[in-house]
Amino acid sequence: MLTIIKERLLQLVIVLFFLSLFTFTLMKLAPGDPVFSILRADEVAATTADEEALRKELGLDQPIYIQYTKWMYSIMQFDFGSSLINGKPVWKDILERLPATLELAAGSLIVLLVISIPLGLLAAKYEGKWIDHISSILALLGASIPAFWLGLMLIYGFSYRLGWLPTMGMGSAAHLVLPSITLGFGLAAIYARMLRAGLLEVLVQDYIRAARARGVGEWRIMYKHALRAALIPVMTVFGTSAGSILAGSVIIETLFSWPGLGDMAIEAIFKRDYPVIQAYVMISGSMIVMVNLLIDLSYTWIDPRVRYVKERIT
Amino acid sequence: MSSNNNTLSAAAALIQQGRSTRSTSRWKILMRYPLMLIGFTLFLTLILIVIAGPYFVPNDPLLIQMSERLRPASWDYPLGTDHLGRCIFSRLAAGAQMTLSLAGIVITATVLIGVPIGLLSGYVGGRLDSFIMRIVDGIGALPEIIVAIAVSGFLGPSITNLLIAIIAVKWVEYVRLVRSIVLLEREKEYMEAARAAGFGTWHMIRRQLLPHIVSPVIVLASLDIGKIILIVSSLSYLGLGAQPPTPEWGAMLNDGRPYFQTIPELMIYPGLCIMLVVMLCNLIGDGLRQLLDVRNK
Repeated sequence: MLTIIKERLLQLVIVLFFLSLFTFTLMKLAPGDPVFSILRADEVAATTADEEALRKELGLDQPIYIQYTKWMYSIMQFDFGSSLINGKPVWKDILERLPATLELAAGSLIVLLVISIPLGLLAAKYEGKWIDHISSILALLGASIPAFWLGLMLIYGFSYRLGWLPTMGMGSAAHLVLPSITLGFGLAAIYARMLRAGLLEVLVQDYIRAARARGVGEWRIMYKHALRAALIPVMTVFGTSAGSILAGSVIIETLFSWPGLGDMAIEAIFKRDYPVIQAYVMISGSMIVMVNLLIDLSYTWIDPRVRYVKERIT
Repeated sequence: MSSNNNTLSAAAALIQQGRSTRSTSRWKILMRYPLMLIGFTLFLTLILIVIAGPYFVPNDPLLIQMSERLRPASWDYPLGTDHLGRCIFSRLAAGAQMTLSLAGIVITATVLIGVPIGLLSGYVGGRLDSFIMRIVDGIGALPEIIVAIAVSGFLGPSITNLLIAIIAVKWVEYVRLVRSIVLLEREKEYMEAARAAGFGTWHMIRRQLLPHIVSPVIVLASLDIGKIILIVSSLSYLGLGAQPPTPEWGAMLNDGRPYFQTIPELMIYPGLCIMLVVMLCNLIGDGLRQLLDVRNK
């Protein structure tokens, strides 16, 4: 177990290094000279001496690797600079908006569980029957429907036509319903299919037959014996979904005017607020990588079989 | 001399065996997947529409006529006009061309980058392999949308930047896939036989390994086309991809937003187009997977 943790931590460091290098390079490639943009903002006629002084002050006269090291150093202390638009420190903005994104992610997880587990169980129990077909059609829809369009159609139907739910913004629990469904539906349909496949694989195994022989009821076998074993392969994929939920939240937040991180990032892009973009990319990237790591480690811990295989690989 | 010949012919037999395909009668199998057949036929129709479209659409997809704005469906405008008086039907047809060619560019580039690197990484192994895999793991951990935000955030929103961002992330999947197959095949007998027969690295990769890689790559690519179309249209909807007045489906949805409550058709049509095309790609991908007998993992 320790070797796995060590290997994965090393991997984490490498991934974060790539992420920082990538962000830094893009920052350097961004059009416009920061020195000129600051000088112009002051609206005073700037001399070459001013320009040079400012360049020195910002550390832009130094070789690129020193600039990178310094930048990395401040990032590690969560110093992302201040927004070019409202002058607030970026990390404050991020902390303010993070809860909204987490709330949305939690909402979509609930949708995911509420749809995928019953649907997966039913589809496996009644393999080849109509409920199974419905689940496979839903999975195809889930993989094909653009999330932003689904969201728009839901707003049109439930908010505008029926007037049941608010169209956008955050606040009551009712506000959370449509964004969560929009974000969770695609994944839910796919997970239901995965769970079904896992269940069908487990259901033919000997210990299930033994349980049946002992007279355990069909539903109890499904729920108590098969589901647990079938959930493990599903969990391994779940790590990657943390990334797609966070990435998907960018679209959903913009669509529903949900005041989270993704909404902030899109706003920053159109205002060319570089410190905010840089902070968003670094933070969301790190979050995804770390969630992946945690989930990976947790199922390694839950399932000894995985641990054994992994230890042999590393 | 004759024993040498024998060894060579034995090696040739083994190589042939490794290369032989599993299909008994592909057509028979094909007939078992009606959904895929339908998907395939529809996809071919779509490509025909894309090629022939410009000659048949009733109007110029870019022609702005403020006098004709927001018209309902009519003989002149089969699906009505948008807020600038442009023919929606013509724009959708032009959008099909746009969407498919963008997806085509991305998939070609990712395959061209990913497959050779995967072959090399798996076949050469050792330090090169672990170096490449570190990079692959590093990039593969990031979702395309985050990378696209970074690229368009710093370099400005444009369709080129969006394509670069998607390609920059997507290629690693192909490296992983190809490498895993190469690692499996590398140890098999026929490979050893070919090596013993004195074939060089280039021959080994091109003639012995490549044939094993073609089907899985085709399957992955066909499933990816749908995903790429979704990403491109989503980001174009956000304004980070195709810029107006380009007739791209996601961007058209964005254009239609202000008229959402009064004329929902402006948003329904492009969305339906995206969904149907992605669905076709998924159907074909799933069907191909079964047809070519490629396992899930």
